[in-house]
Amino acid sequence: MKEFAAFVRKEFRHILRDKRTMLIVLIMPVVQMILFGYAVRTEIEHARVDIVGDVSDPEVRRIVDRIDNNRYLDINEILPSSGLIASSFEKNKADVAICFGQDFGERLRKTGRGSVKIVGDGSDPNSAQMIVNYVMGVLQGEQADISAELSGEDGTAAFSPSVQLMYNPAMKSAYNFVPGVMGLILMIICSMMTSVSIVREKETGTMELLLVSPVRPMWIIVSKVLPYLLVSTINFITILVLSRYMMGVPLRGSLLLLSGVAVLFVVTSLSLGLLISVVASTQKSALLLSGMGLMMPTVLLSGIIFPCENMPGILQCLSHLIPAKWFIIMVKKIMIQGAGFPYIVKEFSILAGMTAFLLAVSVKKFRIRL
Amino acid sequence: MENVIEIHGLTKKFGDFTAVDNISFNVRKGEIFGFLGANGAGKTTAMRILCGLSIPTSGGGTVAGYDIVREPEKIKRHIGYMSQKFSLYSDLKVWENIRLFGGIYGLSDKQIASRTEEMLSGLGMEEVRNSFVSSLPLGWKQKLSFSIAMIHDPRIVFLDEPTGGVDPETRRRFWELIYEATSKGVTVFVTTHYMDEAEYCDRVSIMVDGRIEALDSPGELKRIYGVSDMDAVFRMLAGKARREE
Repeated sequence: MKEFAAFVRKEFRHILRDKRTMLIVLIMPVVQMILFGYAVRTEIEHARVDIVGDVSDPEVRRIVDRIDNNRYLDINEILPSSGLIASSFEKNKADVAICFGQDFGERLRKTGRGSVKIVGDGSDPNSAQMIVNYVMGVLQGEQADISAELSGEDGTAAFSPSVQLMYNPAMKSAYNFVPGVMGLILMIICSMMTSVSIVREKETGTMELLLVSPVRPMWIIVSKVLPYLLVSTINFITILVLSRYMMGVPLRGSLLLLSGVAVLFVVTSLSLGLLISVVASTQKSALLLSGMGLMMPTVLLSGIIFPCENMPGILQCLSHLIPAKWFIIMVKKIMIQGAGFPYIVKEFSILAGMTAFLLAVSVKKFRIRL
Repeated sequence: MENVIEIHGLTKKFGDFTAVDNISFNVRKGEIFGFLGANGAGKTTAMRILCGLSIPTSGGGTVAGYDIVREPEKIKRHIGYMSQKFSLYSDLKVWENIRLFGGIYGLSDKQIASRTEEMLSGLGMEEVRNSFVSSLPLGWKQKLSFSIAMIHDPRIVFLDEPTGGVDPETRRRFWELIYEATSKGVTVFVTTHYMDEAEYCDRVSIMVDGRIEALDSPGELKRIYGVSDMDAVFRMLAGKARREE
């Protein structure tokens, strides 16, 4: 036990002395959260709407009120003519404009057709598309109400489909990326850092020194892993705090269950790290292996960026092999849907099975190498 | 004379390749045993077996009184080891390295403290106790590394090319440490590339293609081969090698 304590102390010294790496590792989750949260924006928030048309028209008034009351849309300005839209976009005062035709309300009442034009700011096509779609949804809702009123009691009103997104009405991307970032960070810390730190000892020759000492290989591994376990716990807490208070992502399920799932995933990543450290003989190849061999497939195939459901068959099959995928699914279920353990049994067993397999293989391989 | 290493018929094969081919030798207590050979002659493999890091394909023997096949864990407690790559933790301070290896070999805090003082004053390194090992000159690192390999009073210390990369003067001072250790009854088993170091050994074995071609004192070897220095002896024997590196 005394030998073990000496080892653990040494490992902590290593990572505490390497201030630059330590800083990167602790700041990484924050940066990733900010990047995904603000830079890679895939949601609408406070889109500014310009209105062109006769606001004294009660129908127009009604729509404008409806937009103004919408959480995700703000009315910016009532423009006298559509010619001013361009300058409003150029000055970056508005994101979208809605132009009502002449005598909008009257025509709508008499002929059932009102003419509305939505003008989006195409200089940022992605968000323009999204905002326009969203405004269209709002208008369609209004249209449905009006036609219900007009057609009255017979109930044969024109029907326009209304789409409602449960859990995430504004398609908040934070709901998707928070579990993703969590999976990615835990994976990097546990597999990359562990494998590099073991391989470094091989490179410098200190591993030989440890192996000729009476210390059991098992203790060498455990003491290597311990500091990174602590670091990933800190990361886990950082991500949870940021997602709650910065991104407004709720934690609906149990924190205990979430932590349990995270521990399982950490063990998975650690055994992957061990496996890499057995295969790689230099720090560079360990980095490359964990970067290209683990990170890339995880980012691309686990559903963080591209939904697995939209992938071609072969890639979908491959994505089943990515441990992070199952972790992310579980985190989503627990955090966003508030699911309890019975709802994640399938994913949990798959990940547990993978972990048991990886751990067995890597420990066995590690022994052989010694 | 008591033997601390007794090896007979030791063979290690990797597939078709026979790295160590049926070698036998004894090392006496308190002697400096030079283990020479060109790169690839099999001396590292043989040394790994003696240190309990690898199991021989056939043959066997004892190191410090323990069987190399059945009791490698016991061997590890009674040997010291210093490898060819300088191998202390360069991001740890001098005293931290000493303490770490003291801890690894199960010394008590009290023992570690007294050994640390002894070692630092013996090496004249009291002033750098709080320096990072990375800041020391190579010669100092090697001396520190050797002292740390001796921290648990091993019966045998294995040195794998301990003085690589330093000048003859620094090597000579390193060898003073080795003599000091043998005067206390420690056996030194050393591999080296430098033939001036081979001259310092009590007995020398020269490995060629996995076999021991010669084993005797440097003086005797020079007489047998009729040459004036160990370098010539080595070149004559190593020249017979057919194995590629």
